[in-house]
Amino acid sequence: MTALTDLGIAAIRNGVRDGDFSAREVAEAFNAAVAAARPLNAFLVETPDHALAAADAADQARAAGETLRPMAGVPIGMKDLFCTKGVPTTAASHILEGFTPEYESTVSQNLWNAGAGMLGKLNLDQFAMGSSNETSYFGDVISPWRRNDGGNAPLAPGGSSGGSSSAVAARIAPGATGTDTGGSIRQPAAFVGISGIKPTYGRCSRWGTIAFASSLDQAGPMARDVRDCAIMLEAMAGFDAKDATSLDLPVPNWEGQLNASLAGKRVGIPKEYRVDGMPAEIEALWQQGIAWLKDAGAEIVDVSLPHTRYALPAYYIIAPAEASSNLARYDGVRYGLRDLPDGANLQEMYARTRAEGFGDEVKRRILIGTYVLSAGFYDAYYTQAQKVRTLIARDFERAWEVCDVLLTPTAPSAAFALGEKSADPLAMYLNDVFTVPSSLAGLPAMSVPGGVDASGLPLGLQVIGKPLDEQGVLNAALAIEERAGFTARPAKWW
Amino acid sequence: MADASTPFRIKGATGDWEVVIGLEVHAQVTSNAKLFSGAATTFGAEPNTQVSLVDAAMPGMLPVPNRECIRQAVRTGMAIDAQINKWSRFDRKNYFYADLPQGYQISQLYHPLVGEGAIEIEVGDDTKTIGVERIHVEQDAGKLMHDQHPTRSYVDLNRSGVALMEIVSRPDMRSPAEAGAYLTKLRSILRYVGSCDGNMDQGSMRADVNVSVRKPGEEFGTRTETKNVNSIRFVMQAIEHEAARQVEVIEAGGRIVQETRLFNPDSGTTRSMRSKEDAHDYRYFPDPDLLPLELDEAFLDECRASLPELPDVKRARYEGLGITPYNAQVLTAEVESARWFDALLDAGAKPAAAANWVTSELFGALNRLGKSIGESPVTPGQAAELLALVADGTLSGSLAKQVFEAMLETGDAPGKIVEERGLKQTSDTGAIEAVIAEVLAKNPGQLEQYRGGKVALFGFFVGQTMKAMGGKANPAVVNDLLKKALG
Amino acid sequence: MSVDTATVRRIAGLARIAITDDEAARLAPELGNILDWIEQLGEVDTAGVEPMTAVIPNHLRLRDDVVTDGGVRDKVLANAPQAEHGFFTVPKVIE
Repeated sequence: MTALTDLGIAAIRNGVRDGDFSAREVAEAFNAAVAAARPLNAFLVETPDHALAAADAADQARAAGETLRPMAGVPIGMKDLFCTKGVPTTAASHILEGFTPEYESTVSQNLWNAGAGMLGKLNLDQFAMGSSNETSYFGDVISPWRRNDGGNAPLAPGGSSGGSSSAVAARIAPGATGTDTGGSIRQPAAFVGISGIKPTYGRCSRWGTIAFASSLDQAGPMARDVRDCAIMLEAMAGFDAKDATSLDLPVPNWEGQLNASLAGKRVGIPKEYRVDGMPAEIEALWQQGIAWLKDAGAEIVDVSLPHTRYALPAYYIIAPAEASSNLARYDGVRYGLRDLPDGANLQEMYARTRAEGFGDEVKRRILIGTYVLSAGFYDAYYTQAQKVRTLIARDFERAWEVCDVLLTPTAPSAAFALGEKSADPLAMYLNDVFTVPSSLAGLPAMSVPGGVDASGLPLGLQVIGKPLDEQGVLNAALAIEERAGFTARPAKWW
Repeated sequence: MADASTPFRIKGATGDWEVVIGLEVHAQVTSNAKLFSGAATTFGAEPNTQVSLVDAAMPGMLPVPNRECIRQAVRTGMAIDAQINKWSRFDRKNYFYADLPQGYQISQLYHPLVGEGAIEIEVGDDTKTIGVERIHVEQDAGKLMHDQHPTRSYVDLNRSGVALMEIVSRPDMRSPAEAGAYLTKLRSILRYVGSCDGNMDQGSMRADVNVSVRKPGEEFGTRTETKNVNSIRFVMQAIEHEAARQVEVIEAGGRIVQETRLFNPDSGTTRSMRSKEDAHDYRYFPDPDLLPLELDEAFLDECRASLPELPDVKRARYEGLGITPYNAQVLTAEVESARWFDALLDAGAKPAAAANWVTSELFGALNRLGKSIGESPVTPGQAAELLALVADGTLSGSLAKQVFEAMLETGDAPGKIVEERGLKQTSDTGAIEAVIAEVLAKNPGQLEQYRGGKVALFGFFVGQTMKAMGGKANPAVVNDLLKKALG
Repeated sequence: MSVDTATVRRIAGLARIAITDDEAARLAPELGNILDWIEQLGEVDTAGVEPMTAVIPNHLRLRDDVVTDGGVRDKVLANAPQAEHGFFTVPKVIE
């Protein structure tokens, strides 16, 4: 008999609806799994009562013969970047330690409105800045995966949504929210062998989501398969008048329209994503992905996105610039940490509070951002980066003339060991090489597991789609999922 | 101070200096809610009670612009004949201060909502056009209080996020008087348009004063900026002081530093603001939480159609009705007076006489009573009635004054007062002749002197007649009949 | 683009992040490397290209002028490190 914690979102939803088990049983099982998985350091705060309350509501509704809400009975993990009312929210930073929001983010409220319950707040890279979950003030998240070399080196779960990816991969949550600014849903999903989608910019409201880079941040679901992601994204997305960048469009029935047949569809293979030094296994997986999509009926087309290699440097100007301004509010005046040495004045309080409260990577990015916006450099850096961004978006627009989706690897490597890349910030930034271009262009993009490498670690494939075509992305991802037959799961080392 | 015909100069040791003045006015927009949040904007509320989580810059909060604030800025731009930019953008101005919760102010640097316009001013008999470079909208900051506690400052964010229009003049002014005239005119326009109440003492209109000096004909000198001056009088004082200070510094061999200064109203002087930070590197960049602002023709049409008759146009119309330029200027200086006067004209009063009466009698009375025209006990309708009673001969000038006093006291209509108090003047020739006969009979001595050539005594007989009739005789008729009776 | 420690201190000052001399010395080459790498953007010919202003085509929505918020002082002050009499408090500022 399948453990309840082996079930995904669809299975739980359907099982509760059909009376196979109660929502409470599900919540209890996951609460216990969460409590038993503390060595992963995936959760910063556990909220078992929230999950139980939502479960009880689902059970009562079912008993009363009501139509159940779309995610009734499903407990999920909430990345600690979403403000949750009455529950401490830290963005994994010392500067927000103790901050308890008096308000609920739109995305999390949407999920509670859909009937979901919260298992707890998930660890992440501090202020969503990182690709390995090694910048959290509250310690690294450790991937549930180990290499098969018997070495037991703790591995990075990817970042910034490392707590989310670990929780789902470890089966301690059937789904989790993530956010993606330059790849922070897709890359961790790839590292731990789960699925994750970043929707079109503006699909999910950013109100109540702690801002990193406003023109790039997007919330999205992370779950074990494409269908689960579709279900969860439907619940998360929707127009919000409180967010001026929110798209005023109805949320499509993504789950209902899932279709793994790609007959009549064209899949573009961008040649610039074949980078120097790319591991042979990744290239092989890419080829395998192409074959699978062909098998699903798609026509394969070679395309060129000429400005691809400028995407990372453009991103590392634009994102830090926006972040340097978005994080100016963390100053010790109205909430969070205040470091006020005796006799210090206001400006000194700011400087000490922020020095004490921000981690190294956050400081680095704030400094880069401040630098590129400063007098004399603005045009050369920021304006130039925004122009390059236009060119990158145009590259994609041209590609859409000859294809409907693009297929690329998600990450340039499998998960690396914790500590392996943290010495050189630049080396860490290169992790985002495949995910950043679609972030800059605001396009929907998804990672699905394609296979494992020689060390037994998951490798992911990325599907990128046209603006507002999450359906096209989900469908192509489903076609891969059905053919990849990915069943590998991490052996429980904790 | 020089009069309009001789230019304003600071007399220095090395000769005469010209003053160059530019003004940046921050005007709080009249609206119910703030520029980017739904909190209220009313003045004087309890601290932090008009603050939304957006204004407090809580994590994850986002701005959404208020249509009315945009509309008011557009209407203001139209009122000064400025170019309205259908495409404009919001930029963040980044700096750290306790009254700025986000650590940046949402403003418009690169692409403001309103472009170049102009305001006409009068100094003495001269008219001058002062250019306006731009108007943009931005957030106001909160308030810090430094005198409530020995070691702490208190932060109230009620004002944080209220919409401001920043109205930037070209450096076209050359004297404190011109600056004063510009601010007076601008304030009047804002109040006509209804986009700002112009209450400088409440801080809803503040001026940053840019001053530099130069020898006439030379290049512009380095300017200083004196911030947040909150009265027109203080602005003029600040200019005088700062210009004189700059001349002194230069003539002593020093150089003017481009810096921010504060005006102290008690001493009438400016001083440098102590600021350890970088020469203000605000790192402006487009606010990524907001898209560019695009206005369509329908929006602009509505703004244009909603504008009232503006002061200069109204003044010209009054002059066209036969009102003196002086009276027209006085009547249109304040929008409330102009609207009151328009109502008076609508009630049928004759323009020239009405203008004279309002500017002397009504304004005199209101000053005496310490009331504004909005608090006038007399309505335009009642005033029109009073003026009509004078025009048709029912009341003499002096009787009208009596009636007016009674109107001020009771708030009653003049007709009612005249009836109740029997204040009609009489033109009854028979009655007047009878009284004249009596007066002449009672004053034989003066009559003889008059007949003997002392013609000045005519006034005495007029006075006696008026007195005997309780002031209610029509003076013109008295004059005629007296002349006849005296032969 | 090499970045000297004086520049690092200036930027840290603008960003209100106190740094020690050691930190400045460590950060200078780190930031320099990153900035060097970013420099390559200068290669791209962007003549006639507009900087991106809206990621996905959308129009800026304007709100109605209605008071819908505020009157939540307790919430506003709930997480304040220091508050008194309805105000946030900070070290006294001398202007």
